[in-house]
Amino acid sequence: MSQSRHSRRNTRGEISSQKSETTTLDEAEDEEKTGALIVLKRGLQVSPELRTGASLTVLMALIVAAGSLAIPVLIQQILDQGLREEGLRSNFIYISCAIAFLIVSFVIFAQRATYNRLVRVAETTILELRVRVFRHLHRLSLADHQEARKGILTARVTSDIETLSQFAQWGAIAWIVDSVIIVGTLTVMAIYSWQLTLVVIAIYLPIIPILKAIQQQQFLKYREVREAVSETLGQASEAVTAAPVIRSYGYQNSIRSKLEKANQNQYRRQIRAHKFFALLAPVMDTFSALSIAGVIVAGSYLGPEMGLTSGEMIAFVFLTTILIAPIWELGEVLDQTQTALAGWWKILSVLDVPIEVHEPESGEKLKTGALEIEAHNVNFRYRTGSQVLDDISIRIPAGTNVAVVGETGSGKTTFVKLLARIADPTSGQITINGVPIHEIDAGSRHSSIQMVPQDGFLFDQTIRENVSFGKPHASEEEIQTAFHSLGLTDWLNKLPDGINTQTGSRGERISVGERQLVALARAQLANPGLLILDEATSAVDPETEVALVSALERLSQGRTTISVAHRLSTAEKADLILVFDQGKIVETGTHQELSTQNGIYADLHNTWMGNTQAV
Amino acid sequence: MQPPVTEIEGFDKRQFRRGLKLISRSLKLRPFSHAIAITGACLFSIAAVVLTRVLGYATDDVIIPNLDNNALDNRDLWLAFTFIITVGLVRGLGAFLRRYFLAGARYGTELHWRRQLFNQYLDLPMSFHRKKSPGELLAHADNDMMIASLALMPLAFTIGTFFLAIVALVNLFLIHPTIALIALVLFPLLAAMNKTYSQRVVTPASSVQEAVGNTSSLVHESFDGILVVKSLGRGEQEVERLRKSAEKIRKHRISVGRLRAIFEPAIYALPNLGVIALLMIGTWLIDKGSLTIGELVSAIALFGILAFPVRIAGIFFEELPRSVVALDRIDEVLNLESSQHQHQGTNAISAESSTLRIENVEARYDDQLILNNISFSVESGEVVALVGPTGVGKSTIADLVGSLQQPTSGYIYLSNTPLNDIKPSDRTKTLTIAFQESFLFADTVKENILLGRQFTDRELQEATEIAQANDFISRLPDGLNTLLGERGVTLSGGQRQRVTLARALIGNPQIIFLDDSTSSVDPVIEKRILDGLKTRKNISLVIVAHRLSTIKLADRVIFLNNGVIEGTGSHEELMRLEAYASLAKAYEKAGVDS
Repeated sequence: MSQSRHSRRNTRGEISSQKSETTTLDEAEDEEKTGALIVLKRGLQVSPELRTGASLTVLMALIVAAGSLAIPVLIQQILDQGLREEGLRSNFIYISCAIAFLIVSFVIFAQRATYNRLVRVAETTILELRVRVFRHLHRLSLADHQEARKGILTARVTSDIETLSQFAQWGAIAWIVDSVIIVGTLTVMAIYSWQLTLVVIAIYLPIIPILKAIQQQQFLKYREVREAVSETLGQASEAVTAAPVIRSYGYQNSIRSKLEKANQNQYRRQIRAHKFFALLAPVMDTFSALSIAGVIVAGSYLGPEMGLTSGEMIAFVFLTTILIAPIWELGEVLDQTQTALAGWWKILSVLDVPIEVHEPESGEKLKTGALEIEAHNVNFRYRTGSQVLDDISIRIPAGTNVAVVGETGSGKTTFVKLLARIADPTSGQITINGVPIHEIDAGSRHSSIQMVPQDGFLFDQTIRENVSFGKPHASEEEIQTAFHSLGLTDWLNKLPDGINTQTGSRGERISVGERQLVALARAQLANPGLLILDEATSAVDPETEVALVSALERLSQGRTTISVAHRLSTAEKADLILVFDQGKIVETGTHQELSTQNGIYADLHNTWMGNTQAV
Repeated sequence: MQPPVTEIEGFDKRQFRRGLKLISRSLKLRPFSHAIAITGACLFSIAAVVLTRVLGYATDDVIIPNLDNNALDNRDLWLAFTFIITVGLVRGLGAFLRRYFLAGARYGTELHWRRQLFNQYLDLPMSFHRKKSPGELLAHADNDMMIASLALMPLAFTIGTFFLAIVALVNLFLIHPTIALIALVLFPLLAAMNKTYSQRVVTPASSVQEAVGNTSSLVHESFDGILVVKSLGRGEQEVERLRKSAEKIRKHRISVGRLRAIFEPAIYALPNLGVIALLMIGTWLIDKGSLTIGELVSAIALFGILAFPVRIAGIFFEELPRSVVALDRIDEVLNLESSQHQHQGTNAISAESSTLRIENVEARYDDQLILNNISFSVESGEVVALVGPTGVGKSTIADLVGSLQQPTSGYIYLSNTPLNDIKPSDRTKTLTIAFQESFLFADTVKENILLGRQFTDRELQEATEIAQANDFISRLPDGLNTLLGERGVTLSGGQRQRVTLARALIGNPQIIFLDDSTSSVDPVIEKRILDGLKTRKNISLVIVAHRLSTIKLADRVIFLNNGVIEGTGSHEELMRLEAYASLAKAYEKAGVDS
């Protein structure tokens, strides 16, 4: 049994070593370390059920420790008490063996029961934490959901949680179980001989700085491995996405040698990092041998004087070998612990990000029909401080057909997002039919105001499911009507599976333009009083777009429509044009009025005219 | 050493044979590393067994005489000390060799497989890339590769374990046959429990993997669609969707945990039960005088080192099927024959003036007829516009002309030589394509234009000038040497298109195919680009266009509809065709991007 615990020390570590190769999504993000205790305290606040988990683990640790310590004690008892020179004390041997057998069997079942409950508690905690963080992330303002941070947010509920879960399964248990075993073993050892115990501790002490140094190196080297891996993948991604360019320009060989270089570099770094993992084994084995040899030598010189029996001495040797396994395991767990704690802290920090858009308890309901919109001194600023909208005030009467025009970054998209309450203004107020937007009932707002974003995002489902996403109980007839009124029935019927066509991940299986058609139908299904189109037909092919525009014109009766225009032809027909520039509305009016002024709109329009007609 | 057959029964044998094939492929690639790793593992096993024997000698010759009879022999003591340290060091060395050279074996195998994979990505015909998503292809090089090689990690240890079992048994026989009998009961029991555990954990463990993967893509999707979710107020439903998915992870993890709770304590306790039996029988044998205390101690120590290696061997058999499946996915790509090598023409063509002729070409995509018997030619110095509704196959023509796709029937001639017979380097010098999607490499602007080809600075200058890229390039921090991409500067859509245009223009190619490659460029600038191009002598342009202004620039318009050429002529002439006229009207109405 000398190393039966050696065993539980990671069947994992022995085969993995590539444990941290996959990229953590935001190493670049704050590397600042938060004390383990602070993380634990906050973690317990968020997930109080962890207390149950901790006490279960301590219970299990005590059981496991009892099991591994029973055998050396049995050996000592039998050697000293059972094997007397006068002859064999059979009864003593049978009884002590029977007791040991009962203890070992009990441990099997007790460990099974505690571990079962432990896994349940841990997994439930992780599940609840994941759901809670996910919900919080979904409630965050769109400013927190900027494109650049998307990966980081996703990591919080995926890889960070997975790291934490893996830690809960192995590392966290190891800390408690191993500590109890170390303390228990040292206690039993001290009962046999405190002097020899001191010798063992003295021999093991240098292991701590050595382990730490190796861990540190391993950490650094694995970071290099991760960098190399992402470099290789980056190169490979170019080779794949630029396949037509590479082929038609005969660029294969340059790319090949770049790939080879990255590939070789990855290999070299993997080997280099692995060296430290390999080094751990001889270090631990040396200490293990040193401690056994040291105990035998010290015991031989000190033993007779202290009255140490040979049974005690042999038990002591076995206890020494038991000690190495938990120390080794703790050494390997150290690095996992750091990563897990850091990940846990990041997860917990998400919950500290304030939710900015709060829905009213019992809000006002909007009447059906066209909505009147008013913005009073609306400002919008990102948390980083950059001003996106600057003192916007405008009144849009019910039933107006509005075109919003301006350069990229002029704030036009942000403005329409505020109207759909995707975010709230930093200051100022938006009212719908005279009611402040934050006092309107969320359900009523969602059905009366529909926004069709440019990317027409689709879920990996059928077209039907995507269209009824906002209105899950819509009837078949309602859905068909939505397509029909947009003049899309023909298009829909031409698809391989009609309305049941799977759109694929992010809508990949149909073209970008077709995705926009589905997104339009999704909005039309709600028959909203305010329809916001954010360059919603930009990728639709010209033939279809012409038909679509006239359908939307027809539908604009009895609703307010606001279109962020990507073609000025939209603006020509609008009742009202809003021209955005650097976060302000700089011109308002009809096409007739604006094209005669010498402003931004007139400039844009002239360029456009020049190109459609001219040459 | 071959693993004994008993260990694999119950595992899918066919799967196992394929696992052996995976291993033998790696053995062939890295025989040296594997050999040393296996030697290290066996060395470790021998040293571990020897150490238990040394402990036995130390008990009989040092501990018992000294403590029970007060007769310390210093020579024996230090001999034991030296022995323990030496054997310990040898054991450590064995473990080091195994771990270190296994890394060489595993990562070396990955290196080789990855290289083969990358070569395929570069050499397989374009049709391969059209069918596969980039994400899928990258996963082969990343995750699949890691899993495929994972089974190699416990290989040496597993062989060492079988070796250990044999050495341990022989050793126990030498100590006392009765004690060996206990081991003969214990070993198979341990192996059997392990086998059952490994078999039963495979399914729930892979369910966990699957559930984790599903949840991860759900989260990705949900955050990607955050705008839609928010504007439709479906946040809570998304939370419910996540909960359902994460529930599955929890459920399967608990199943794994339950199995672990059943088997692991038992597997680790089994040797302890053996020790108890050893103590009962051993003391009786000692009393009879046929066993020494030291021998009993060494047998106990030996039992203690059994459980762990057996568990590792179990993991080896757990990992193998997963690795085989991952390697299968990689092999699917590796086994494709790269047709690039089949069509390597050798004919040279003159670079003076060139014509392009397409004769009765038919093209299919996934059995769907795209181009049906298309014939047209482009004379030297001519500007031809390809017009047709979306999806009519304009980009397919670009692919055919660039040899990215082979016609299912018909011929394409460049300067009266069949395209496939022309030396690839001559073809790319004579005819270039500026693609619809402007792809830039994470490299300098200059390299993005040159793409490894040799051109003078003057030619470079001229190309950027015609592409109207000089202005913005000179404003970049390092001009032509500015790094683009993730770690460098990001260009706007129109700027990107102008860089890719310069790439196509440089070195005076005779025929340039512009596949809607100026769509993001300001119309005024687009006109300047086309005017500049026309000043080149004998240059032929094929333009796929959606702007009326561009179409009107062409000498000749080819109108494609329903897979065939419905008309050829000037824009005015074609306006007589109803289909063309309505398309042109739509283009006019849709107008230009604001």
